[in-house]
Amino acid sequence: MATTEEGKTVFDVEAANVLSKELRDVFASGKTRSYEWRISQLKSIVKMCDEHEEDIADALRQDLSKPQLESIVYELTMVKNSCTLAIKELKHWMMPEKAKTSLTTFPSSAEIMSEPLGAVLIISAWNYPFLLSLDPLVAAIAAGNAMVLKPSELAPASSSLLAKLLPKYLDCCSIKVVEGAVSETCALLEQKWDKIFYTGNGRVGRIVMAAAAKYLTPVVLELGGKSPVVVDSDIDIQVATRRIIVGKWGCNNGQACISPDYIITTKDCAEKLVDSLKKELEAFYGKNPLESKDLSRIVNSDHYARLTNLLDEDKVSGKIVYGGERNEANLRIAPTILLGVPQNSLIMKEEIFGPLLPILTVSKIEDSFDIINSGTKPLAAYLFTNNKKLKQQFLMSVSAGGVVINDTALHLTVHSLPFGGVGESGMGSYHGKFSFDAFTHKKAVVYRSFVGDASVRYPPYTRGKLRLMRALITGNVWTILRALLGWS
Amino acid sequence: MRSLCVEPFQNFSVVDTGARRTLTYCSPWKTNHKHEAVLFPPPSRPIRKSLCVCLSSSSKLPVMMEEKKKTFDASEAALLVKELNESFRTGKTKSYEWRVSQLKSIEKMVVEREKDICEALYKDLSKPEFEAFVSEIAMVKSSCKEALKELKHWMKPEKAKTSMETYPSSAEIVSEPLGAVLVISTWNYPFSLSVKPVIGAITAGNATVLKPSEIAPATSSLLSKLFEEYLDRSAVRVVEGDVPETTALLEQKWDKIFYTGSPRVGRIIMTAAAKHLTPVVLELGGKCPAVIDSDVDLQVTARRIIAGKWQANNGQACISVDYIITTKDFAPKLIDALRKGIEECFGTDPMESKDISRIVSSNHFSRLQSLMDEYKVYNKIVVGGQRNQKELKIAPTIFLDVPGDSQLMQEEIFGPLLPIITVENVKDSIDLINSKPKPLAAYLFTNNDKLKNYFVQSVSSGGMAINDTVLHVTVSSLPFGGVGESGMGSYHGKFSFDAFSHKKAVLYRSFSGDSSVRYPPYTPEKQKLIKAVMNGGIFNIILALMGWSRD
Repeated sequence: MATTEEGKTVFDVEAANVLSKELRDVFASGKTRSYEWRISQLKSIVKMCDEHEEDIADALRQDLSKPQLESIVYELTMVKNSCTLAIKELKHWMMPEKAKTSLTTFPSSAEIMSEPLGAVLIISAWNYPFLLSLDPLVAAIAAGNAMVLKPSELAPASSSLLAKLLPKYLDCCSIKVVEGAVSETCALLEQKWDKIFYTGNGRVGRIVMAAAAKYLTPVVLELGGKSPVVVDSDIDIQVATRRIIVGKWGCNNGQACISPDYIITTKDCAEKLVDSLKKELEAFYGKNPLESKDLSRIVNSDHYARLTNLLDEDKVSGKIVYGGERNEANLRIAPTILLGVPQNSLIMKEEIFGPLLPILTVSKIEDSFDIINSGTKPLAAYLFTNNKKLKQQFLMSVSAGGVVINDTALHLTVHSLPFGGVGESGMGSYHGKFSFDAFTHKKAVVYRSFVGDASVRYPPYTRGKLRLMRALITGNVWTILRALLGWS
Repeated sequence: MRSLCVEPFQNFSVVDTGARRTLTYCSPWKTNHKHEAVLFPPPSRPIRKSLCVCLSSSSKLPVMMEEKKKTFDASEAALLVKELNESFRTGKTKSYEWRVSQLKSIEKMVVEREKDICEALYKDLSKPEFEAFVSEIAMVKSSCKEALKELKHWMKPEKAKTSMETYPSSAEIVSEPLGAVLVISTWNYPFSLSVKPVIGAITAGNATVLKPSEIAPATSSLLSKLFEEYLDRSAVRVVEGDVPETTALLEQKWDKIFYTGSPRVGRIIMTAAAKHLTPVVLELGGKCPAVIDSDVDLQVTARRIIAGKWQANNGQACISVDYIITTKDFAPKLIDALRKGIEECFGTDPMESKDISRIVSSNHFSRLQSLMDEYKVYNKIVVGGQRNQKELKIAPTIFLDVPGDSQLMQEEIFGPLLPIITVENVKDSIDLINSKPKPLAAYLFTNNDKLKNYFVQSVSSGGMAINDTVLHVTVSSLPFGGVGESGMGSYHGKFSFDAFSHKKAVLYRSFSGDSSVRYPPYTPEKQKLIKAVMNGGIFNIILALMGWSRD
């Protein structure tokens, strides 16, 4: 099911069709619904992560030169934590939720049942190839679905490692991996799925959703956007700077969907901020960041060209105040700060998704809201301030998938918060219980007995019945009594 | 993935030939052409004329309406969206006060204009007043009431627990409105299925456009009039019309589209929404089964089936019972009970009953007629079968043992026809149900707890009622919505508020408690410590801090 090399079979529409049918059959057998199956699969993922920590870190090094700490901490530990939480909470999550019933349906009881959807498709991305593949997978397992994972072909080492490891550790009848690029993805998208979970960009997100529409398949789209950072002047500048750096260059060298994309600050504050950034960047990555082992490289030459193109635009190339070094041969670009780029430049129009960080200046910090709102809704928005009023205003006026005040990217690790975009940054959310819900149908169930059948419900309709019904629905005991007695 | 180049919209075309416009979606999957004919008049017929055809049964509405109206095209729609977005941006719809004022106005509108609403429903569907009150007026009123009572509570940010990794911090989930939303409603409950989603959109603080169904023209025009009169025009609008108007609206960028109707149009809506990454709620239908065990209270069962079929707009309801499955032995008893029940409810001649709705249009009438007349089924009628094309009436009609491949068992019936399928063992019904697309509702009548459990576990449907029909729709603590072919997303009660809200995750931190372990240069010690912190074991953290570690 992989490439055409060496006579291997191609994964085409027909193969995809067979695959989806297989998964549908397994799901119909009921196997994936059992609590035991779900737990066993979740435990196997933890085991897989533990036993292959080194292999996974190696694959990430090959694909992205990802520093070991980033690989272990942001990818593996996050996945393991998701599993641990799901294992701990699953029984509770699976339990039907009691719902209140009303006078209208008396006597009755009601509950909301969480049921799996069926066969689901997960298409993941290359920037966190393990986390973004396994986290949705954990969710789909916890909810009791059969699934296929399509890892990104742009992180080939991770993709092939996933294809190797998953069948070894997990139930390969119910959990499949399909490697490949456009044609394989298209073949998969032509099938009917019960949910599609896609992580990536808005352009492909549209294609995925349009394909899903054919079968009325609901989608979760985890996309990106230009996540802004607003920096007020009254703050602890060193802490702010460090937190911006760790959210930008410490997150896969800016190649993360919640990475700060640009900074907005006041004219007065900009200089201080640039100085602080320079100082801390040097402390973190040394004098020659191109040599630093603690920075990921750019994923491939296409992305490298895209990024240098942003940097080399006429309006922009003169605005570099720090960094700018690059090395095409090993796909490295140093942390680069630009000050005062025009808003109509490419770098301010596109999602950067790399180590470039433009800083815009405004006269009043509140002006930043208009700049943010003039663009599409980002996946994350960050604000550094000690001013309570500004915090409130920011929360009220800026719409984003998530918001962090006085830090960056950290909301991702909080299980009790839904992670997902809004508008151009996506739809649907996951993490923690939200992951379970994303792959679940909430079935409403009302139970009644045969007693308590009132003829008021049935024709022939009379004035009296209408009156009584009115009273019943209004729920006013006196009115009901009066109607029953024939007064009104 | 950047090179993935599929043109997703190649199938989506809007043919514009003056007055003859159709929304076409050349799809490879099976479509319900009957629905198509109804929802989208054939291109050979001018749109306005078809509207008048629909109006023929209520010909009192002035024909001048035709001339008075200017066309609502894409540029008009764009202008409308721009206006709504501008109002939204002023922040006015976000305020608690605005939301409450609009909800109160809807309440007032329903109280003051109940008579007009009932009249419009009578014109469009001959809907009995009792039904109009229970399923349309009361539903809307109670939605308003609940929203008014709970709104403050719903709007409050929800506190979320934070963990060791982010210590010290606090977190909350803020419900924020999405922006400008589009509600496209349908003709069978033209009042409640229009106003209830609008209540959801208002409650959540959005600017809203409602497109009522042209197939219920009297209600559509009443809604347009009443909204203008009672609601804030700058943020709540009605656009009347059919295909061209809907197409013009769908070309715009919305922040949510809420559609009630058929799966065929649902696909078109979702494809159009994909262009702008707009999330959708699709409230569709499906063949809702009722399984009847032999140990039931026969009279109560029959009455509740009648309530969920002919009392639900004469079967023209998305959660109406579509077909019954029962055992061979029990079928005759059930049929007798149903026959008796129908007579008690609608008299010996149900065609004369005032307590039953008519078929909405001649298109639907002929669709239902052709279902009845199929050669495989026409001799299977055991109750009813009478019809009157002029008055668009079809009597409650029951079929026994129609073949599974008949149109009647393949399509959603959406009318007064009720096939009964018999099985040897009542448990066999579950395979039969699961061989079809997932329905919006599934019903089971039984006193057997084991069967109940088995049914609830193995049948997937939007919602379920055990020992009753359609009643789950009135329970506002339950989400109402489909799964698979019966739709996506849900609403009612708090779920309506959620359907039109974005749940924004917010994490607050201060500048204190910044630990250098988070920052490069990365050392093995830092890695160990972070791992320990993330694993959450206090001992591991201490060990790591002291420089020891288990790994």
